[in-house]
Amino acid sequence: MTHPKSIEVNCTTGEVVERELTAAEMEQRVIDAAAYAIEKAEQEAEATAKANAKASGDAKLLALGLTAEEIAAR
Amino acid sequence: MELIETITVGSGGVASVTFSAIPATYTDLRLVTSLRGTGTGTDTRIDFNGLTTNQSQIMSRGNGVAASSVTEANFYGIQVTSSQTANTFSNGELYIPNYAGANNKSFSQTDVQETNANGAWMYLSALLWSSTAAITSIKFAPGAGNFAQFSSLSLYGIKST
Repeated sequence: MTHPKSIEVNCTTGEVVERELTAAEMEQRVIDAAAYAIEKAEQEAEATAKANAKASGDAKLLALGLTAEEIAAR
Repeated sequence: MELIETITVGSGGVASVTFSAIPATYTDLRLVTSLRGTGTGTDTRIDFNGLTTNQSQIMSRGNGVAASSVTEANFYGIQVTSSQTANTFSNGELYIPNYAGANNKSFSQTDVQETNANGAWMYLSALLWSSTAAITSIKFAPGAGNFAQFSSLSLYGIKST
């Protein structure tokens, strides 16, 4: 099975090395991808919770008699 | 401004691109990127000197549907994903002043997905690498998946005199 490749260019010599990732790098890549997925899911959940809280707050302000323009201007 | 190196990704894609042994002979560095990923993630990880620590990114971002501000503990750029318009890429730029100095490294980023549709992300960021080490290598890697063929990255050096 072939692994994905990486490219490294030495900016002093101009030498370009393209090689397959090592087994250790492949393991790290899996760990990094999982951490990335968790981080993005947490951000998504936080953004959703924030949007829901805003919508809930706006609805309560409307019920208190504020206009939509007054709520948007806060 | 002087071109130091350009890398264009070949067929099959790559998992990462690294500029290493960056000479300390310039004042500032400018990176220009055009990236497309083979996966569905929009983010590209950026690391200095092989380290993922001491990174902070304050980002304003939007995608035509929603806008937000976030603080990240990692450096992220943008790539176009495999599910977006075919043959489109991101346009990105990092400007790193005083990259070889002995102070912490503050720098800036602009990144946009070319896809002209709702859901196309754009980032505007102020970043800080809390390290007094000179930046000698810069690595780009997709958050997940590979960089697609024809993605390109160019590193420029800028001298004040």
